[in-house]
Amino acid sequence: MAWFRKEKKPLKPEDRRDLPGDVFEKCGACGEILYREKLAENLHVCLSCGHHFRIAAPDYVGILCDDGSFEEYDADLESGDPLGFADSKPYPERIQAAVKKTGRKEAVLAGMGTIDGVEVSLAVMDFRFVGGSMGSVVGEKIARAARRAEERNVPLIVVSASGGARMQEGIFSLMQMSKTSAVLGRLHEAGIPYISILTDPTTGGVTASFAMLGDVNLAEPGALIGFAGPRVIEETIRQELPEGFQRAEFLLEHGMVDRVVDRRELRATVAGLLHHMVD
Amino acid sequence: MAGSSRFEFERDIAEIQNQIDRLRTVADEGGLDVSEQLAELRGKLDALKEDAYRDLTPIEQVQVARHPQRPYSLDYIERAFTDFVELHGDRLYRDDEAIVGGWARLDGRPVMVIGQQKGRDMKENLRRNFGMPHPEGYRKALRLMRMAEKFGRPVVTLIDTPGAYPGIGSEERGIAEAIATNLREMSRLRVPVVSVVIGEGMSGGALGIGLTDRILMLEHAIYSVISPEGCAAILWRSAEHKDKAATALRLTSRDLLQLGVADEVVPEPAGGAHADWDAAAAAVREALVRTLTELDALDADELRRRRWAKYEAMGTWIEGPTESGAATAS
Repeated sequence: MAWFRKEKKPLKPEDRRDLPGDVFEKCGACGEILYREKLAENLHVCLSCGHHFRIAAPDYVGILCDDGSFEEYDADLESGDPLGFADSKPYPERIQAAVKKTGRKEAVLAGMGTIDGVEVSLAVMDFRFVGGSMGSVVGEKIARAARRAEERNVPLIVVSASGGARMQEGIFSLMQMSKTSAVLGRLHEAGIPYISILTDPTTGGVTASFAMLGDVNLAEPGALIGFAGPRVIEETIRQELPEGFQRAEFLLEHGMVDRVVDRRELRATVAGLLHHMVD
Repeated sequence: MAGSSRFEFERDIAEIQNQIDRLRTVADEGGLDVSEQLAELRGKLDALKEDAYRDLTPIEQVQVARHPQRPYSLDYIERAFTDFVELHGDRLYRDDEAIVGGWARLDGRPVMVIGQQKGRDMKENLRRNFGMPHPEGYRKALRLMRMAEKFGRPVVTLIDTPGAYPGIGSEERGIAEAIATNLREMSRLRVPVVSVVIGEGMSGGALGIGLTDRILMLEHAIYSVISPEGCAAILWRSAEHKDKAATALRLTSRDLLQLGVADEVVPEPAGGAHADWDAAAAAVREALVRTLTELDALDADELRRRRWAKYEAMGTWIEGPTESGAATAS
């Protein structure tokens, strides 16, 4: 799995990711110094404390799909600039910077593949691309992945990682919540399974639309999952949030996800569920 | 609202209103006939109101949309509908008073009307959480929509919220799941659903009752993915740049119509809806009656097919090296 992108926990992975000769990585949770090669072999789960490092969209394809089975779709979809939005930087420049950083055109990687022999439509979000924010392209790619599942009568799997709506697309980004949920409404009626996998972090408009709508919702250990961000909540209620608030285990306890699944068990768990739900 | 000039653009209006009041007092005391001068001043006042509200800047639109004297959902329900019977509770946890709903008649026909409800004073706002719903509010709304579907009645939603409530209980009880489920289920409803943005439609909290066959907006209402303050705090690193954010977000009714997201802008009386609640409600009533009549022509399958097509076309993107992508839905 030489194509694995190696990532660090600190907030600016782009600064260090590709440093040559960087053979060690420090765990952001327990501070343990880890061999990068060993860490990658362990699917970027800390060998000491089990902390799940954030990983890129292609990594999840590698983890979930049968070797060589994945075929990417809609790779050419790119963001427009419907509002002509500019803050400190024009929106198209932000997109270009993200394209350069990730080598991808948008924050979703979608396609068809098999998981333990079961054909699925798969879409994976990439938090490195403008914080996995949902603009028109993210919405469209998720919608198309759902439609492929509908047309071919195969299960849909979505792996989410997102800071929420992409403000630079204004009302269009909000409407992607409606769009993705509406397509899932049809999928639901067609009796097609949908498994949603929530990874760190999944917040805002993505949580409040397709990420929470799985027949089965799975979450990675420790993943931050919520609607409002913790800082916004703290500012609103003017008190500190309890330990573990909005973490995957908290959501399990409150009935919002079905299971918290270790990344090393993810493929087997999804495969097991699929065999229960289809054929 | 004479005498309570909260906003700069209302200062001149308040000044003339004062002159009229003074003139009246003087005339009454001295027994003089000032009808000519009064008529002149009133003409000036009307013109000024029209002018002031025609060219509001985006941030002024935001202020008008949040005007504390603006009619709220229950004010519209009282005036544009009859025979309102409010229904309470989500049957799961509690009754969230930030969302109101129930049976009512619109032009004589039974409909389910649901709206976010702000409070008029501090006491009521504490009860209604400033119009910021918890998950229970969205679940109550969905319960009422399903009831409407059961009896083949259309649903009208009135949107006016600063957003879903960002608090501990809200997250614990699944605010994201509640909104998401409403979106999915509203897309499937077999009866017509129409929304009217009457004030501020902020983010997912507004959208949670907003996936509808038609989206109407009052002239001075706003609809946005994030508040201008929130957007400025994130992108400009200071809420003081909210005017820039308000402009950049394209959140006015005119913008939304142009962008193809709003289907119709409902004109407000001169001086804004807060200047004449009855006239504003009459305009909403007229638009709703007309829209529901149009939707009556469609059977449930066609209604849903069109609703899905409408939302699936939303957004703009570029596909491939040359091909230009889809435009917005209409």
